[in-house]
Amino acid sequence: MKEQLQKDFDNTIRNLTLSQKDIEIKKFYLDNFINKGFPNRKEEDWKFSDLNQIIKKNIGELSFYSDYTSTNKVDTSAFVDGLEHNKIVFINGRIEKIDFDYEKKDQIEIIDQSETINKFNNNSSLSDLNSAFTNKSFKIVVKEGYKLTKPLIIYHTTNSKIWSKNINLRLNFELYENSSLRLIDLFRDTSEKNFLNIFYNFDLKESSILKNYKVDKFENKNIKYSFNNIEQDKNSISETFILSSGSNFCKNEINCNLNGEYSSAFVNGIFSINNNKHHEIRTIINHLTENTKSYQLIKSVLEDSSRAVYQGKIFVNSKAQKTDGYQLSKAILLNKDSEFNAKPELEIYADDVKCSHGSASGSLNEDSIFYLMSRGLNYQQSRELLINGFLLDVVEKITDPEVKNLIKNMIGIKE
Amino acid sequence: MDNRQKEIDNLKDYKYGFTTDIENTRAPKGLNEDVIKFISNIKKEPKWMLDFRLKAFERFKQLKEPDWQKPKYPKIDYQDLYYYSAPKSMKDKPKNLDDLDPKLLETYKKLGIPLQEQKRLNGIAVDAVFDSVSVATTFREELTKQGIIFCPISEAIQNHPELVKKYLGSVIPVTDHFFATLNSAVFTDGSFAYIPEGVRCPMELSTYFRINASNTGQFERTLIVADKGSYVSYLEGCTAPMRDENQLHAANVELVALDDAEIKYSTVQNWYPGDKDGKGGIYNFVTKRGLCKGKNSKISWTQVETGSAITWKYPSCILKGDNSVGEFYSIAITNNHQKADTGTKMIHLGKNTKSKIISKGISAGFSDMTYRGLVDISSKATNSNNYTQCDSLLMGNKCGAHTIPYIKNKNSESNIAHEATTSKISEEQLHYCQQRGLSAEEAVGLIVNGFCKEVLQQLPMEFAVEAQKLVGISLEGSVG
Repeated sequence: MKEQLQKDFDNTIRNLTLSQKDIEIKKFYLDNFINKGFPNRKEEDWKFSDLNQIIKKNIGELSFYSDYTSTNKVDTSAFVDGLEHNKIVFINGRIEKIDFDYEKKDQIEIIDQSETINKFNNNSSLSDLNSAFTNKSFKIVVKEGYKLTKPLIIYHTTNSKIWSKNINLRLNFELYENSSLRLIDLFRDTSEKNFLNIFYNFDLKESSILKNYKVDKFENKNIKYSFNNIEQDKNSISETFILSSGSNFCKNEINCNLNGEYSSAFVNGIFSINNNKHHEIRTIINHLTENTKSYQLIKSVLEDSSRAVYQGKIFVNSKAQKTDGYQLSKAILLNKDSEFNAKPELEIYADDVKCSHGSASGSLNEDSIFYLMSRGLNYQQSRELLINGFLLDVVEKITDPEVKNLIKNMIGIKE
Repeated sequence: MDNRQKEIDNLKDYKYGFTTDIENTRAPKGLNEDVIKFISNIKKEPKWMLDFRLKAFERFKQLKEPDWQKPKYPKIDYQDLYYYSAPKSMKDKPKNLDDLDPKLLETYKKLGIPLQEQKRLNGIAVDAVFDSVSVATTFREELTKQGIIFCPISEAIQNHPELVKKYLGSVIPVTDHFFATLNSAVFTDGSFAYIPEGVRCPMELSTYFRINASNTGQFERTLIVADKGSYVSYLEGCTAPMRDENQLHAANVELVALDDAEIKYSTVQNWYPGDKDGKGGIYNFVTKRGLCKGKNSKISWTQVETGSAITWKYPSCILKGDNSVGEFYSIAITNNHQKADTGTKMIHLGKNTKSKIISKGISAGFSDMTYRGLVDISSKATNSNNYTQCDSLLMGNKCGAHTIPYIKNKNSESNIAHEATTSKISEEQLHYCQQRGLSAEEAVGLIVNGFCKEVLQQLPMEFAVEAQKLVGISLEGSVG
């Protein structure tokens, strides 16, 4: 793999206009990645999902170089209907379109950071890989007091032009005081066997609000890793919703630092997977100061021989008195071959806190099925109704009504 | 001043911190094949036992010391330890208690463990282990009448080789982890109990461990086998003198329960925890594992962990037999600079297996406490159930409490439920108690005892009283 990496790296660098110093930095990240390789089960964070094995088994040899010189045609029919929205379009990892048509132009700033190397606050091998190979990266700044009128949808589209490729994406967001942003990550893949490695960084200033929705719904054979780092100042709110369903393998990591008082973080997620899919959500909520709050709810429905993993950690440092942290994960295993692993973790150094977690996994409740069947539903209908209700609970946590409806329609959940 | 207060005052310092001045026989310092042969030789062990040890030592040489645990400790120099230390008077084994060195009797009297049977304590049979050897086992005749074997493991190797050969290493194989393997290579003594088919052991069996000599590691090995349909309740207590250096205690405990058998294993661990600044104390790195081998068998662990500088252990149950049951009840208290990383593993292999975990952690002062547990329901363990509850109580903002459960469910017809909470003693509860005339300290004692009740009531009577007192003493000075 080493020669391949070197060669692809040289090709990538050739297409960029970087200073010698920046090239050196990128080289440093490349060497880091070459040393560490893809994470494997020996690393605690990857205990339940051995990425190295998964890539080997599903893709084999990866190529890290993509030719971004020619543009791809943006297929407008793929856009979400019935909801006016701003767009960022990635096709095969190339950024094709940034469009904030519905917003005041002077309130949003888009800064091209492709020529600058920005460090990412995470020293995993995947962030090294990302830093070494990201091609274009942008920073989106929402100015003070501005609330976006329409949500922003980021389309991640891949098509059959690429095969066995590693795609690295990076975006930075900065939300100034009292601003707000609604963001939907939407994956549409018609490609197979690629590895997407996505890093977002969010900087939330005082009293800003971020609503961050990730929708991986459509069936595909790709492998995805996404890392979101959220820094939160005083009184800021972040809400994250993850629908983890379509890809062959998908791991979402949310790292949230509650740096300012009265800041709060909400993370809700649904695993709805079948076949041989293997999905994971890992959350780390760091309560770093007084009076912060976090809430997490993860529900899973697992069919066939699918496997879901939830690793959630609440960290409370000794300054963070009056912390309120809550975490709940529930899983329904529908098939005897399905598997649910959880590691809900509490690490607490302050005494005046209220932290708890719960985790339950098991089969569908036979009593409930009996109840419904005794009222005239058949087995299949009863089952669907119960699963529907089970998942609806999480979808209802979405605070934005427009997005809630969009997601409800997308996964066919009825009220 | 009321009685309770007086009692606490008397016990303010670690009351078992004295040393017994007694002549020792020691193995040469260090760890090598010769030392292992020395131990084996002095115990007059048969060849198969020596081979067992050497095999473990071979394996040990390849193993790396684990470092994933939360409490870190300075590197232990395994060559700078004595692996065998015994009172000189034990060289020719005394025939009965009258021949026992009076100094030893005195020590156990001071510890509150009467070895003379006439002073017996509600019929508990005690095996007393002093440093590396077992010094006395009481009530043996009475037990023998029922066919129960209760003796030091070194004696069992001589007298019941067929049983030891069959079960030793069957739950914790010689190829297990670092400390377990070290123990397999150099273990010195410990208790052996065998309960024959259909016998309900008439009294509690108990081992009392005492580390006396300095620079010594204690490596004892306990093996309990409950044959079909039998029942035994086993108690374990531990103390050590106050010393400035850290001492290593790496024991292995193996339990085997055959069809319909039940083993109840209770520990009150009160090793020297180090002084207020965290100097000295025991490193308690123990491997405890129970195998529910037969159908309908049951193993229940109850532990009250108040001592040791570092406690690092996970008493586990392997639920192999169908319908078998595993239970784990734990109170762990850390104060001052103590550290603990403890919990359990419940491995469900058989059908209809059930397990229950109740863990209560209390940390005060500068201490750090971690609950780490594994519940693993394999794909064959149909219709199995687990319930886990971990509660932590924090006193002050210099200490830490952590919960790290690993939950694996591979069977759709099995259920796992896990709950954990972390909080402090609420102001309202304290206010309520103080309003009714209790001092702040008494109020905390009362609330903590209530917090621990679920576990305390699992202990046999005499132990429960002792444990309740210990809970109060361990938290001494942590209020306010």
